[in-house]
Amino acid sequence: MTRYYRPTSTADALCALATEGAGARALVGGTDLLVGLRHHTIEPALIVDLKAVADLPEPIAVGDAGVRVGPTLTMGELAAHPIVRRWYPALVEAALTVGSVAIRNRASLVGNACNGSPAADTVPALLVHDASITIASRAGERTVPLDDFFLGPRRTLCGPDELVTQIELPRPPDGFGSAFRRLTRRRGVDLATVSVAAGVGRDGRVVLGLGAVAARPLRTELEAPFDAADEAGLARALDETLEIATPISDIRGSREYRHAMVRVLARRAVLAAAAPRTSGRMAT
Amino acid sequence: MSVGGLDELQTVALTVNGSERTVAVPAHRTLLDALRDEMGLPGTKSCCAEGECGACTVLLDGRAVNACLVLCAEAEGHEVTTVEGLSAHGLTDLQEEFLNAGAVQCGFCIPGQIVSAEYLLRSNPSPSEAQIREALSGNLCRCAGYQRIVRAVQATAARRTGGDG
Repeated sequence: MTRYYRPTSTADALCALATEGAGARALVGGTDLLVGLRHHTIEPALIVDLKAVADLPEPIAVGDAGVRVGPTLTMGELAAHPIVRRWYPALVEAALTVGSVAIRNRASLVGNACNGSPAADTVPALLVHDASITIASRAGERTVPLDDFFLGPRRTLCGPDELVTQIELPRPPDGFGSAFRRLTRRRGVDLATVSVAAGVGRDGRVVLGLGAVAARPLRTELEAPFDAADEAGLARALDETLEIATPISDIRGSREYRHAMVRVLARRAVLAAAAPRTSGRMAT
Repeated sequence: MSVGGLDELQTVALTVNGSERTVAVPAHRTLLDALRDEMGLPGTKSCCAEGECGACTVLLDGRAVNACLVLCAEAEGHEVTTVEGLSAHGLTDLQEEFLNAGAVQCGFCIPGQIVSAEYLLRSNPSPSEAQIREALSGNLCRCAGYQRIVRAVQATAARRTGGDG
């Protein structure tokens, strides 16, 4: 039988998680956890609801150095935030592909990362924007690059007795553009078959975040700078770099199809990130 | 933290359609099941029960959510509005326009469509067709009555903003 606990302090939340061990699950938006409860794929002894914890970082804080996101910021709030929209367009496009309006009113950015899904919609964009993540335990806090956080499917650095308290996004350098492209069987309420976020700096440096093509989301960079006049060069650079993809075949697509599509989406995402962004069109 | 036996129930006090309610439910009980089974409000429909179809859409503190993806316990101290709450004084203009447009076929998805559309119109009184389709993309209609549903929302928006609808 599952119990429900709504602590009001981080210390109480961490104490409950430590006491219950692997039988405890932290809850914020619940849009994944409740599906697991319904199908009995997750049967926690204790659900620790973090939404009443008063001393967690606020949902969003903007500073000169960047943006800090606490555990309770929803996808809807993220996508509507004017600074996020200006600095992290790929992240906004990704957040707007999550579920539906009602899902985005509950689902949290931090929860999306913590689930550790290889297909998590927002993670490729977070990787492109060089996010770091802060994990708290009773022993203290540690902050690591988000790229180090993912260990495998549904496995992250965040242990059962720990909490992610914050995701930090540095302010992008002037002229840095980003974009997100996702392939799904239908546009709403489906997981990504393949997703790619791309960031292109003013100097042509290209960063890629890849979803659903490996056991965990991947971050990589192209070796040669982007040159808008050299499409063949871009294709060659992508072919080389995307060798790191090791997709599997599943209900959403075959391994071969994903290999082919990650190249298509990466090219589109790079071109979109490099283009002057004149509209906030949604990724498809 | 309370530690209880198999029969431990969670007492949850919340506001539903303007009334204070207190229910005792197991911790895993969803808001959807609590509304229907504990509070006598069957207007909110139970269909996929995993956030795919939108039949259980309600307003939680004024925001559209899937009641199947919220634990009843999470609603402690919060305000829930169901389709019954929206139409406490008879059919709303939105519901009338659904009927006028012939948007209601089997009717099962309509409570969720109404709540989602009401949420849209409250935050965006003059939505474009694309915005209506996006706002309702989490509400599936097995009868595929989408064109008329969109028209009903457009007609309501026109009526509310004084245009000809």
